[in-house]
Amino acid sequence: MQDIKIVAAGDSSILIEFGNEIDPEINGRITTIVQLMKDQHIEGVVDMIPAFCSLLINYDPRIVSYEKMYKRMKALVNIDLKGGGKRTKVFEIPVCYGGEYGPDIGTIAEHAGLTEDEVVKIHSSRDYLIYMLGFLPGFCYLGGLDERIHTPRLANPRVKISAGSVGIGGSQTGIYPLDSPGGWQLMGMTPVKTYDPERKNPILLEAGDYIRFIPVDEGEYKRIKELVERNEYECTVREGEV
Amino acid sequence: MGIRILKGGMLTTVQDLGRTGYQSQGFGVSGVMDVRSFRIANLLLDNPENEAVLEFTLIGPTLEFTATSIIAITGGDFQPTINGEPAPMYTAIYMKKGDVLKFGSARTGSRGYVAFSGYLGIPVVMGSRCTNLKSRQGGFKGRKLEAGDYINFRIKRPYLPFFLSRTLDLDEFDQEEATLRVVMGPQENRFSKQGIKTFLNSEYIVTSDFDRMGCRLDGPFIAPKETSDIISDGIAFGSIQVPSHGKPIILLADRQTTGGYAKIATVASVDIPKLVQRKTDHKIRFQAITVQEAQKLYLDEIKELDRMRKKIHQPCKEVLECRLAAKRLTRLFTSED
Repeated sequence: MQDIKIVAAGDSSILIEFGNEIDPEINGRITTIVQLMKDQHIEGVVDMIPAFCSLLINYDPRIVSYEKMYKRMKALVNIDLKGGGKRTKVFEIPVCYGGEYGPDIGTIAEHAGLTEDEVVKIHSSRDYLIYMLGFLPGFCYLGGLDERIHTPRLANPRVKISAGSVGIGGSQTGIYPLDSPGGWQLMGMTPVKTYDPERKNPILLEAGDYIRFIPVDEGEYKRIKELVERNEYECTVREGEV
Repeated sequence: MGIRILKGGMLTTVQDLGRTGYQSQGFGVSGVMDVRSFRIANLLLDNPENEAVLEFTLIGPTLEFTATSIIAITGGDFQPTINGEPAPMYTAIYMKKGDVLKFGSARTGSRGYVAFSGYLGIPVVMGSRCTNLKSRQGGFKGRKLEAGDYINFRIKRPYLPFFLSRTLDLDEFDQEEATLRVVMGPQENRFSKQGIKTFLNSEYIVTSDFDRMGCRLDGPFIAPKETSDIISDGIAFGSIQVPSHGKPIILLADRQTTGGYAKIATVASVDIPKLVQRKTDHKIRFQAITVQEAQKLYLDEIKELDRMRKKIHQPCKEVLECRLAAKRLTRLFTSED
């Protein structure tokens, strides 16, 4: 493991830097530590922001001082986390690709020199690791998009992209959790709500989970959408070990 | 029974200490900008520490009370009036049914707060009543207040003990410059020695790009070592990021959870109010302190608030001065409900 740095980010936050690269192993370590911290209920911790290769912890200095937090974090990151694979969840996200659901799929295909079907096949044939959530509630930063379908962002971002839109922006792919402006090339749409404030757990996915996009036709899309509206749809989740 | 909004002002929202615990899911904290003014407003009414208040910006709202309530106004001076008569600030005020509380524009400061003894009837969403404008969630329908909106009170609480003692010294908001104490880092190593020197020894100007999300400053270029782009990481309240244009941006209540620019320093919690109460063209300087010093300042402020709480729970000398007391009590006795 690289040098781990623990530094203050003001008087109420502490940042643990696990290196300076986007790497599934480093990211996995962060996921494990976040889980460990949740299990241990460390006193004074208010919130955590796991990112690609760092973890920011907000704490209440009334309850715990910087020195104490520093020592606790130091002990935590030094725990040997190896031994046994870790359980992972793969969420199957149905996507209706192309047509009015994905107006830019032609652009993506043209840029890649592939057919639209090939683009769909490539996009839906691997599990994407959720490195972190940020930017918008429930917005997942996914890793591992096939280089063949990397596509530059739109020169003119759209003023409104609908929640559920699936797109590609440069080397990233992802789902818009709510209506938002944005510059990604839209390739499809999922009826699944990755963010629903009315739900007990408003945000469906967590860092460390995986996503697999499953192509569905328009009929299936509409059928699932109805179930989602009635709160009767649950994503298929595969459990695996990595 | 509660308050009717006659005028919304520029940006009036329901806020508390923010929606924590969901940042790992990309959900921003939001909450009040000036935590100190917020705490004092609630403290004056013996409200729970995290009770929701109204926060207003630059031009305040006009509110009509449809029920009796006790309120406290803190923050910048928005020249509040009740039925046309000047209203005191940092003081518990008895409001009757039909009273109209009007705020003008900010004479000093830029953000004001009003707390209510009846508690705002706003649903709790994910642990908080605060408004997240970006995701249009929480607060009053996820948006700023507008004329015609109506908020009920949750309870009837028209009486508070030691009513006449419930007045505190006004905080000062009329400065046009502020020195913000900062804890360096977490990425000050991304900046050249000269860059850090510039940051700590220059005067910066508050630009008009100043909202609940952040405050852009203008001033001397802060040089990075190579690039100020980093792999996105978490952002704290008061993080000072410096993008490649070399001008600091201080991230505030409605900040995004993560960002990809190096953060040269973080404003000490107790000094964030000094920044958020400034206006465009005001001057900002930075002074480095240690994290231990910043935490001590934070704890000292908590102690100061505890002293305020004690002070307002003692009988006041005013009681002996019948005339003054009678004047302030008149409103209580002329109440119709």
